[in-house]
Amino acid sequence: MPWLSTLIAVPVLGAVGVSLVKSDKLAKQLALAVSLVVLVLTGALAYLFEPASKERFQFAEVYEWIPRFGVHYGVGVDGIALVLIALSAVLVPIVILASWHDADGTGAAAPPKRSVKTYFALLLVLEAMMIGVFAATDVFLFYVFFEAMLIPMYFMIGSYGGAQRSYAAVKFLLYSLFGGLLMLVAVIALYVIADKGTFMFPELIGVIQDPTTQKWLFAGFFIAFAVKAPLWPFHTWLPDAAAQAPAGAAVLLVGVLDKVGTYGMLRFCLELFPDASKFFTPLVIVLAVVGIVYGAIVAIGQTDMKRLIAYTSISHFGFIALGVFAMTKDAGAGATLYMVNHGFSTGALFLVAGFLIYRRGSSQIADYGGVQKVAPLLAGTFLIAGLSGLSLPGLSTFVSEFMVLIGTFERYPVAAIIATSGVVLAAVYILWMYQRTMTGPSKEPAHVMPDLNWREIWVMGPLIAVIIAMGFFPKPVLDVINPAVDKTISSVHIEPFTPAVAEKKGAGQ
Amino acid sequence: MEPAEIIQHSGGVIGVSWLMVALPLLGAAILLLFGRRTDRWGHLLGVAMSLGAFAVAVAAFVQLLGLPEAQRRQGVRLYEFIPGLADMGLLIDPLSISFALLITGVGSLIHIYSIGYMSHDPGRRRFFAYLNLFVAAMLLLVLADNYVVLFVGWEGVGLASYLLIGFWQFKPTAAAAAKKAFIVNRVGDFGLLIAIFTIWTTFGSVAFNELTGGAVDGAISSGDASQGTITAVGLLLLLGACGKSAQLPLQSWLLDAMEGPTPVSALIHAATMVTAGVYLVVRSGAFFEAAPTAQLVVTIVGVATLLAGAIIGCAKDDIKKGLAGSTMSQIGYMMLGAGLGPVGYAFAIAHLIAHGFFKANMFLGAGSVMHAMNDEVDMRKYGGLFSVMKVTAATFMIGYLAIIGFPLLSGYFTKDGIIETAMEHNQILGWLAVVGAGITGFYMSRMVFMTFFGKRRWADDAHPHESPSVMTVPLILLSIGSVFLGAFLILDNRLMRFLAPAVGLPEHLPGFHPFSVPGLTTLALVAVGVVYAWFRYGAAEVPRLAPRGSFLTTFARRDLYGDALNEALFMRPGQWLARFAVFFDNRGIDGLVNGLAAGIGGTSGRLRRIQTGYVRSYALSILFGAAVVVGALLYVGNM
Repeated sequence: MPWLSTLIAVPVLGAVGVSLVKSDKLAKQLALAVSLVVLVLTGALAYLFEPASKERFQFAEVYEWIPRFGVHYGVGVDGIALVLIALSAVLVPIVILASWHDADGTGAAAPPKRSVKTYFALLLVLEAMMIGVFAATDVFLFYVFFEAMLIPMYFMIGSYGGAQRSYAAVKFLLYSLFGGLLMLVAVIALYVIADKGTFMFPELIGVIQDPTTQKWLFAGFFIAFAVKAPLWPFHTWLPDAAAQAPAGAAVLLVGVLDKVGTYGMLRFCLELFPDASKFFTPLVIVLAVVGIVYGAIVAIGQTDMKRLIAYTSISHFGFIALGVFAMTKDAGAGATLYMVNHGFSTGALFLVAGFLIYRRGSSQIADYGGVQKVAPLLAGTFLIAGLSGLSLPGLSTFVSEFMVLIGTFERYPVAAIIATSGVVLAAVYILWMYQRTMTGPSKEPAHVMPDLNWREIWVMGPLIAVIIAMGFFPKPVLDVINPAVDKTISSVHIEPFTPAVAEKKGAGQ
Repeated sequence: MEPAEIIQHSGGVIGVSWLMVALPLLGAAILLLFGRRTDRWGHLLGVAMSLGAFAVAVAAFVQLLGLPEAQRRQGVRLYEFIPGLADMGLLIDPLSISFALLITGVGSLIHIYSIGYMSHDPGRRRFFAYLNLFVAAMLLLVLADNYVVLFVGWEGVGLASYLLIGFWQFKPTAAAAAKKAFIVNRVGDFGLLIAIFTIWTTFGSVAFNELTGGAVDGAISSGDASQGTITAVGLLLLLGACGKSAQLPLQSWLLDAMEGPTPVSALIHAATMVTAGVYLVVRSGAFFEAAPTAQLVVTIVGVATLLAGAIIGCAKDDIKKGLAGSTMSQIGYMMLGAGLGPVGYAFAIAHLIAHGFFKANMFLGAGSVMHAMNDEVDMRKYGGLFSVMKVTAATFMIGYLAIIGFPLLSGYFTKDGIIETAMEHNQILGWLAVVGAGITGFYMSRMVFMTFFGKRRWADDAHPHESPSVMTVPLILLSIGSVFLGAFLILDNRLMRFLAPAVGLPEHLPGFHPFSVPGLTTLALVAVGVVYAWFRYGAAEVPRLAPRGSFLTTFARRDLYGDALNEALFMRPGQWLARFAVFFDNRGIDGLVNGLAAGIGGTSGRLRRIQTGYVRSYALSILFGAAVVVGALLYVGNM
């Protein structure tokens, strides 16, 4: 069975169906059902996946698409791609459920009513693109998905967003296009210089040997990914886009779309251009560490909840990039796990913020206060989401952050120490936000700020359950990630880390 | 004697010792998940889970006592936590079981007391959920068999502490205090994390059984680890310990933490959590014993804090803050002991256990007084309470006599042990600890005289009464411990010999010298403190409003300007930095990009038009462009 093609096709067909049905309500229900089907299929895929398999990409399908240029429709997954596809498949139904009324124009600060059906159809199209981009094993196909993802997201921000939606949407688009064009040039150059007559990723590994060429091509890919992720200083589009996007779209934008950037660094930059990656490592590490501290400090100074969450993500993307370029097993696996955990954690934060904004009609922190008194459940979920944002042990984000830091410390102790200061700053930005919005005397009477309803509980419940379960028992996910990361790291040909004591022991034997 | 090897557990209760963590965790989960439906019986479930954990701890302790010394360190591996890095595993040994008994024993008494204390609070069920969560996290901390799991418990107790300090979140002061406690603790955790990283990169393991004294010494002698690395590990661990245990320079959160309900102050901020730093130092003895510099710093921090806490305690009129200053100070003594090697460890842990009893005793006593006085905490509005609440007063005074080191009571034995051991290492530190004991005599007597004796200075609407027996019975039990525990643990070096398999045993066991010069001097100074306090606060009238006081009083009242210093050094520059960074990000980086875009676009007017007007056309043109590219490729491809 062509699992991956099915996974991509189901949401696309679902989107068509959603846009054809008559009533808005039916459209929503159909969208939710389709996304749940995708989730079940992804579950089956994960179940059938064999982490220990010798095959690099499982469930692989390769068809010729443009034979003249060796462009293929090639899909397949390793552990890294699998967990990111799973992330998308879990988040989309949650986002659909959370966005139930976002396009209705009923919330306290909703934009004018727009087509409800279109919104949910766009969500499903986006899901197909997200699965496609992680599944692509053909570099050109990856590029096509990479760019095509922009379109549904652009419309979701530009049509369904907040007051500044147009500005934010264009900024998002221009930044992404700029990066995308650089990558297009690099993709074509890679094809021409490699001279293999194919865009298939596995066949392009280790082909480019010339150091200078590697550096140029690396730069093309890397800048596109650094804009996407985004890394400091390419980040300023994100706060605008995330703040203006409806909460559900912000979840997918920051939780999944941006991960394509860090995924691309791990998959393409490291493997296709190992020498250039090593050459640029000091630069990337500096950018990552600056981003961690800078993003956190700017987050502390924010007065808008959604912008604050966006800046925390910039800090977190710094951690992921650090983990990728530290090039140790622990850091690489940690970075991959971080991509997944950050999706759930930031997703939860954006969604709770969305619930607040739906009630009160403002994303300004100063407009809230004492919510805990009138809506304890809402405040409680906000706190748990926040605690996962500050990587509290027992929650999933801790495991990944710890692995990134300890893995980075193995090779770059100074960078790791500076990055670790992020744990203190994270406590400041999260708990200060919680203090300002949730504690103190309540500013709203209970009817303005009702507690979570059942739909919202069903949105937050699964997210929190995943965050806690993976906090105490990350092994199943890590067992999938580890072999894939090991392969990636070994292709860079870098001396693996050995502890000082073991080194001597090994030498003595 | 070196510590014993850790062996695979021999079954029995030790094999299911994870129940100690699981039971209270389950309690917390039930109470939080099922919410209001558990309001009626939630507190009972909380107590039952805590008592259940206590029963498991006692049974494990008995099992351990029945084993030969060499088998008294048993590892219980549960599952692979982070593959390749750390297992979820527990270590049952004399050190961890001592803590487990203290946490679950005193913890259960405080749970029971809270049934009465929180009976009128609408959030009582949530309170018990958090208490259970705390007990579970604290047990994970002390039972962990490696640094990563220890860290999970370490931050878990931080979370519980945060939740409980801010239990009355609607009070802005409580919310601020909770946040402060968490953030200051995170500064300490930063140190602990980097210590763990360094240990990992040096030894390739974070498990206690790989990090024995032999392993550390071996790494130094073979040149795998430099002396500097080991010292750094010690200092970083100490930073973590300072945060959790409110030692200088990370002490400032503890006084604010008194915003939490009083049972919380007794359990978390006196008896157990704040002593976790001492546990960490003792558990990491292998590193400290190989790093004399780090050990010296531990003792200096301990002495500085024991004096600072004592001085702060002298000037506080808020009974809970007075006790908090005292807690800081007593933990300073423990830290001093923990910096003195195996002999010191035993005295530090003995003092820790005894302190757990007498300080919890006094905090709960203070809670009983507050309960009677409409939550008044200002001792200047107490006075003469002895006659109206005899049980509370009597038990509080037993705790008081124990802490000042009244002969034959608990503190007398444990504190004296620390002072004597310190003398042998460093005369200056030893004598400073003696001075601290004298100050303790003064400020604790001041507290007792102001509260229970002298004229009644009550508010008009105060009608004090004795608390119900659900509160006084725990007080009585704790005061019994305050009387006898010290003698029991110290005489015959009982605790030292019990702990030996976990922390090692010195070659020469110390004897008990009740009439040594430091011992007698301590007693004399304490007596001076008591008498001076009597003249100032017992015999003389205590004004209802605090007098202005000297420069020194102000210094102490302001917590030695610790907060002012933090504000000047970190908070204000931090806020300024955050504001500047926001400005820089909006105007600097983003401004540059927007300006560049405007420049490329020709005029800023056009940019504005792009931003507001023709947005959709741009997106459509991209879509169109992409379609053209793909179409062209297909066309060319098929040619």
